[in-house]
Amino acid sequence: MLEIKNLHVKLEEEDKQILKGVDLSVESGKVHAIMGPNGSGKSTLSYVLSGRGGYVVTDGSATLDGIDLLEMEPEARAAAGLFLAFQYPVEIPGVGNMTFLRTAVNAQRKARGEAEMSSTEFLKEVRAKAKTLKIDAEMLKRPVNVGFSGGEKKRNEILQMAMLEPKMCILDETDSGLDVDAMKLVADGVNALRDAGRAFLVITHYQRLLDHIRPDVVHIMASGRIVKTGGPELALEVENNGYADILAEEA
Amino acid sequence: MAVRRQNRLQPKLDAAEARLAATSLPEGGVWITEARNQALARLRTTGLPNARDEYWKYTRPDTLVQPEPVAAALYRPDEKTIFADLDRLHLTFVDGVLDVAASDPRALDGVEIQTLADAAAADIHWAREVYGVLEARGQDPVERPLAALNTAVATEGLAIRVTGKAARPIQLTYLQSAPDSDAMIHHVIRLEPGAELTVLENGPAAARLTQVIEVEVADGAAFHHIRAQGRTHERRAATHIFARLGRESAFKSFTLTANGALTRNDVVIEFTGDDALAHVAGAALGDGSDRTGFHHDDTIFITHDALNCESRQVFKKVLRNGATGVFQGKILVRKGAQKTDGYQISQALLLDGDSQFLAKPELEIYADDVACSHGSTSGAIDEDALFYLRSRGVPEGPATDLLILAFVAEAIDEIDDPAIAAALLERLESWLSRHRG
Repeated sequence: MLEIKNLHVKLEEEDKQILKGVDLSVESGKVHAIMGPNGSGKSTLSYVLSGRGGYVVTDGSATLDGIDLLEMEPEARAAAGLFLAFQYPVEIPGVGNMTFLRTAVNAQRKARGEAEMSSTEFLKEVRAKAKTLKIDAEMLKRPVNVGFSGGEKKRNEILQMAMLEPKMCILDETDSGLDVDAMKLVADGVNALRDAGRAFLVITHYQRLLDHIRPDVVHIMASGRIVKTGGPELALEVENNGYADILAEEA
Repeated sequence: MAVRRQNRLQPKLDAAEARLAATSLPEGGVWITEARNQALARLRTTGLPNARDEYWKYTRPDTLVQPEPVAAALYRPDEKTIFADLDRLHLTFVDGVLDVAASDPRALDGVEIQTLADAAAADIHWAREVYGVLEARGQDPVERPLAALNTAVATEGLAIRVTGKAARPIQLTYLQSAPDSDAMIHHVIRLEPGAELTVLENGPAAARLTQVIEVEVADGAAFHHIRAQGRTHERRAATHIFARLGRESAFKSFTLTANGALTRNDVVIEFTGDDALAHVAGAALGDGSDRTGFHHDDTIFITHDALNCESRQVFKKVLRNGATGVFQGKILVRKGAQKTDGYQISQALLLDGDSQFLAKPELEIYADDVACSHGSTSGAIDEDALFYLRSRGVPEGPATDLLILAFVAEAIDEIDDPAIAAALLERLESWLSRHRG
């Protein structure tokens, strides 16, 4: 589903190479995890894939079901089925959460040439999905992420994911700032969406999240490259021994 | 020193005489003749404004002052009149003149609606306690000569006396029919104790509009004013509201401005009774690339001269393609006006590097037990928020619109009536969809 080949990315503002040849292939129905020390380029990879400005792709490619992602506007990538759950969800004062969700759902439908969701249909669906994530009506009414706790923000990301039903979900350190209960809630939300037609790329520092969202494949990223790929046991190895051993081994 | 002052004043006096020479002085009954003569005397003391005046530094008054208006091409968007869905009493002015045939009968329970001409024809009239009186009070400490000019020569407008709670709002639609029209409208409104009225205004009125509304809000009365200023690209307007507020009264005014080559809206409010409140808000959206550009100026002066009164000024401007926004807002708290709660915020969203926002917030406080705050900001669209929206599939244009609407929301929130707020929001959204990028 997601094919990344030899991806090289530098910062737009300064001559600093962040990604130095990332190769990654995520198949439909699978959950891949990327782990790695700070500054290894994990978050940059998620931003470049979703189309955030400030980066220049100097080499390589990234495709979603064969379509070149890197040439598309962020909204077109979203409509094509890519979703990024932000590490730091943005607060948007003055824009109601419901308005935001509905605008997004219908914009994607429109871009795909589908009929817009009626407001009753939308309301019914959003209420049901919000309930399983323990998001109350009050939170839905409030401006997007404004005054939300860390856990509420992350649950709100998962709610968006549930409503938008993307094919390829990237979760950027969704576990950061979450207590155990909140992490379980978020993980349950993600697991409920696991499906043969959908793939996940879970970026995390810790094994913890992967206890709840069981990955099929684990990648270790360091210095802008995937340096090691293995099964779930690789995450445990990191948890027990840290990155030093793996990195030394690869060097 | 005296000579120098004379030298600076002379061109302004000359400008006043030039304007008066191009205008016919109206006839009327005893009371109004007196009021007009006094206004004429005020005008002949100050002259008309020029760019050297303190409150005209950011807005060039030339085209508002000169004897003939600059012509403005007509703008008739294919849509129905705003507020048409509301149950209201609808009066229509064409080029600044009341069109009786196109207006509803002026019958509304608890409200007397007369034309200014009818009121002026009488020798004695209640309006003499308001007409020119509030305007004259509003000349100190900042002179507003275009208002004095208006009081001296205006013949069109309404004299509205409210004795009860009006069941319906009065809507005043100002149509423009001649490209070189020059309208001079003066409304005088008195709300008796406990009375309530909402006035809705919309439309350009003319190529050039010079307007004065004087509102006396007696004890316990409430006046609401909502204005959707004409969207004719080339029109020019200088409007003034002078309000005097009695004990436990309420005054709320909201203005939506989209388009217009030049708009100067003065609001002058005086609290004379305790425990009253005044909220003045506005949202202005301008595209400088429209045929004659966009320049919008809100100049507010609120005087607290009573106990425990609350005033709020909330102004938002969205500017693009070289548009200019001006805010000059003052809160004056006189000695003894304790427990005053004054709030003022003026913000501009600059959608590009060519647009500019000029703000002059002023606080002048002579009482020691007050809470007054003011803030002024200008900034661009939040790129992080924009990317967040786009990453969820909302295209750049609609995402920008959503953020613009969010920015304006604080001002719109000042409107109590949801149906009125919805009508204005719809206007705002249609403007945004026509002025993207």
